[in-house]
Amino acid sequence: MNLSYLFDAAHWDPSATGSFPDLLLAHLGYVALALLIGTVIALPVGLYIGHTGRGSFIAINAGNAGRSLPTLGLLMLMVTLLGLGLLPVLIALTVLVIPPILTSAYAGMRTLDSQVVDAAKGMGMRPWQVLTRVELPMALPVLFSGFRSAALQVVATATVAAAVGLSGLGRLMIDGLAVNDYSRVLAGAIVVALLAVLLDLLLAQVQRWIVSPGVSKRF
Amino acid sequence: MITFDDVVKVYPGGSTAVDHLSLELPTGKTTVFVGPSGCGKTTSLRMINRMVHPTSGRVLIDGQDVAGQDEALLRRGIGYVIQHAGLFPHRTVLDNVATVPMLTGKTRREARTAALGLLERVGLSEEFAKRYPAQLSGGQQQRVGVARALAADPPVMLMDEPFSAVDPVVREGLHKEFLRLQEDLGKTIAMVTHDIDEAIKLGDVVAIFRQGGVLAQMGTPQELLDHPADDFVAEFVGRDRGFRGLSFDSAADLPVRELTPDLVLDDKGRPEGWRVDGGIKALGGTFTTADSLRQVTDLAIISPVGIAVRVDESGAADGLVRHHDLADHLAARRGRSA
Repeated sequence: MNLSYLFDAAHWDPSATGSFPDLLLAHLGYVALALLIGTVIALPVGLYIGHTGRGSFIAINAGNAGRSLPTLGLLMLMVTLLGLGLLPVLIALTVLVIPPILTSAYAGMRTLDSQVVDAAKGMGMRPWQVLTRVELPMALPVLFSGFRSAALQVVATATVAAAVGLSGLGRLMIDGLAVNDYSRVLAGAIVVALLAVLLDLLLAQVQRWIVSPGVSKRF
Repeated sequence: MITFDDVVKVYPGGSTAVDHLSLELPTGKTTVFVGPSGCGKTTSLRMINRMVHPTSGRVLIDGQDVAGQDEALLRRGIGYVIQHAGLFPHRTVLDNVATVPMLTGKTRREARTAALGLLERVGLSEEFAKRYPAQLSGGQQQRVGVARALAADPPVMLMDEPFSAVDPVVREGLHKEFLRLQEDLGKTIAMVTHDIDEAIKLGDVVAIFRQGGVLAQMGTPQELLDHPADDFVAEFVGRDRGFRGLSFDSAADLPVRELTPDLVLDDKGRPEGWRVDGGIKALGGTFTTADSLRQVTDLAIISPVGIAVRVDESGAADGLVRHHDLADHLAARRGRSA
């Protein structure tokens, strides 16, 4: 294993284009945008389906369909249709993010204790208050685990951005392969893997902060 | 006063849950809806706070039709207690109790201060305030449920099978506490139960429903036990209703005999047992003038010598009741009431 590329100080200069910090930032940018857009789309839909029980086949099938869609193929299709740029990459990554969030939002709402919801209504909470003050806090562990698995998948898959000329940690692999610089490919793989692990640890910590001890049973 | 005025509830699909129900729940009293499952008792209860909407007819609270009122505002003015308490698992006990005051615009501080007082009121010490519902027993959860329903001091309380999810010993304790609280607070309470014993024990008025959402009979527990309207009610209140009816007769006016030397007393005059054939046998219990004839009868039956022992406030024995004294007393009572 040749780790020379990874440990070359020149590749860690934040001001240099194509350095680790530069690529990392771009990579995280794609990840954050895809998660944001995906959450904005999938969360309300999943909550609505889970809340009303209407259209549950969408939520159930979304998970399977989403997993079987090859992101690289979808990306190439989008590039063919829309041309090069950020948009096709974001669409491909968002499509990846939606299923786990949609499915977990649905599952989180379906498994709520109906007695507690009944109590909330009976005490005079308005529908919006029932959702935000009772249902969401109770469904949060399930919801958040969906978000975590979406984040992990998109961190790994955002490397495809480099395949259509964009930045991100995928550059190391695409460019390394192009010039047979396997040290660079290896560095890219290691950094992506580390990033995925660190992100998951961070999200696990966030989950611990935002989920009530009464729900997580960590008293 | 809560009034049901010719209320009908037909569910989509055509099944009738409540069939032309008209009744009044008196202010400041506990009215218990009781009946077999599928008799419409819970549906009726839930029409009071608009959790269920009647197909026709009206439900009025103090003359005001609930149908015209904002659902959320109406419900904030009505305490609501359900079977498994339905506490919010993500909130502490204190914040559960503070829920309705917070909804009605009290500050967090005011609501929490009031909530602390209520916890004490339902017999939970301050140390429970910071716990989460999952850390409580079923009986404790139900107490918190009652405190939460009382938090905004609503004049009306709805209780849907509030004590049925706890074991009999805990239920007994909760019953006592319920009666004590209600004596203090005098809320207008509508309660649902499937347990006729509970209904008789807790209700000032009991409404017995039959299948199909029809009111079979409504009256005080004593009226239902003494004069059931038909076979269904007689069957429902039970075959031993004569014995159960004794729970409503106070032991205060039951004549007692003087103590006999067979009764062993300690130096403070408290009874310890009966001298039988040279040995000493356990009493099995004592009663006071605050107990019911049912208790006295029970004691006379289990006593090794067939005699129930009465004690005064200090616990000192002050009278005896034999089997046949009870029989005479009951015969005299029947003579008076006939």
